[in-house]
Amino acid sequence: MSKVYLALQDNDDSRYIVDAIVDDNPEASVIRQPAMIRIESESENGLVVRRTTVEEKIGRDWDVQELHLSLITIGGNVDEDEDQFSLSWNV
Amino acid sequence: MALEIKTATLQPIRNTFANIERRFGDKPASRYQEATYDLQAETNYHYRPLWQPQHELNDKSRTQIVMADWYDLKDPRQFYYGTYVQQRARHQEAAETNYSFFEKRGLAEHLPEAVRAHLISYLIPLRHVEHTANLNNMYGCSFSYGAAISQALLYNGIDRLGNAQYLSKIGLILDGNTGDSLAAAKQEWMQNPAWQAMRALCEQMTTVEDWFEVFVAQDLVVDTLVFNLFYEQLDQKLASMGGRDVALLTEFMQVWTKDSSRWLDSVLKTVASESEDNRVLLAGWVKHWREKTLHALHPLVTAMLDDSEALSIADRLLEERLKKIGIIQ
Repeated sequence: MSKVYLALQDNDDSRYIVDAIVDDNPEASVIRQPAMIRIESESENGLVVRRTTVEEKIGRDWDVQELHLSLITIGGNVDEDEDQFSLSWNV
Repeated sequence: MALEIKTATLQPIRNTFANIERRFGDKPASRYQEATYDLQAETNYHYRPLWQPQHELNDKSRTQIVMADWYDLKDPRQFYYGTYVQQRARHQEAAETNYSFFEKRGLAEHLPEAVRAHLISYLIPLRHVEHTANLNNMYGCSFSYGAAISQALLYNGIDRLGNAQYLSKIGLILDGNTGDSLAAAKQEWMQNPAWQAMRALCEQMTTVEDWFEVFVAQDLVVDTLVFNLFYEQLDQKLASMGGRDVALLTEFMQVWTKDSSRWLDSVLKTVASESEDNRVLLAGWVKHWREKTLHALHPLVTAMLDDSEALSIADRLLEERLKKIGIIQ
C-alpha cells in the first residue's frame, strides 16, 4: 500500500485543520516544513478530514471546500462531499 | 561554470514561548494560544491600587466565582485581535451590502407609516440598551482576571457599539440622514412609560460590583430575552405589518448573536461545571436577574407585540439555554 499525503500552507486556518486530521487519523504522521505542513498516512483507510472535527477545533462553521484555500498538494484519489474530504488509493 | 542550488532546512530553535510550552507541551502553538495564555501580569507589582487597596491590580477576588485556572475560559472562536478583526470585517462587509441595497432601492420609502412609527418607538431606542451592554462588558474587561475572558469581553463590548451604530443607521435611513428619528427615539427611551422599567434595569445593571454577575445578567439573561423579542418576534410582527424589508437591516444582529452565543455558552458551561459552588452562585444570579428582566420587559412587550405569550416564549428559550449550559437542572 503506498501512502497518501496532503500538504497545507502553514497558516492560522491550517493549524486547526491539522489538529483535526491528527485526531481523526491517529496513524498519520505530520511533517512540519518551512511554511508548509505535510501529512502522510500509510494506513489502509487513507486520510480523512471531517467537517465536524474541524469545526470543533476552529470554533466556527467550516465548509469542506475551504480546505482548498490552504491546500498545496495532495496524493491519492479524492472522495469529497459536504461532510468530509478523504484520500485513499483505489486499487 | 555549473551552478548548484541547494536548499537548507532551518529547524526553529524552539516551537513557542516557555509559558505556552509548560501548558501545552513542546509543539507549535496557535496564535490564539500565544496571544492569550498567561498574558495578564501577576507578579512584581510595587503597589496596590490606591483606589482599591484591598485588591491587587489584577485580582481573582473581584468576583465570588472561583476558578482553579481562569484560562480555562477559552474562546471557542479563538479570537485574538487579528482573527477578531478579520472576522468582523467580513461580517460588516455583508451588512454594508445589505444596507446599500436597502438604500439603493429606496426601500425605506415603501415602508408603511405604522412600521416607521413602530421602529422609532421600539427598535431604535434599543441602541441605548446596546450602549449599556457595551458599558457592562467593558466593566468586565477591566476587572476580570485572565486574558482569556477579558479579551473576549472587550470584543463583545466593541460588538455592542457596532450593534448600536447599526440601529442608529436604521434611524438615519428612515429620516433621510437628518437625525430626527434618533432624537424621537431618545424621547421614547426617556419618556415612554413602556421603556422606563427597562431603562431602570439598564441603570441598575451598571451599579453591580461583581463583574461576573454583571456578565451573567447582561450577556446571558438580558441578551437572550431581548434578542429573541426584538430580532425574532418583533421581526415577525414587522413582516405582518408590511415591513419585511427591515430584516435586511437587522440580519447583522441575528448573525452576531449566534456567533457570541457559542462563546458565552462554552464559558458559562466551564464555570458551572468547575464546582457546585459556582453553579449555585450562577443559578442565584440568574434567578435574581431573570425575574427583574421579565418584570422590566413586560410593559414593553405588551406595547410592542400583539402576542400575549411573547414574553413566555422568550423565557422558555432562556430556560432551555440555562439547562443546556448546566446552570439549572
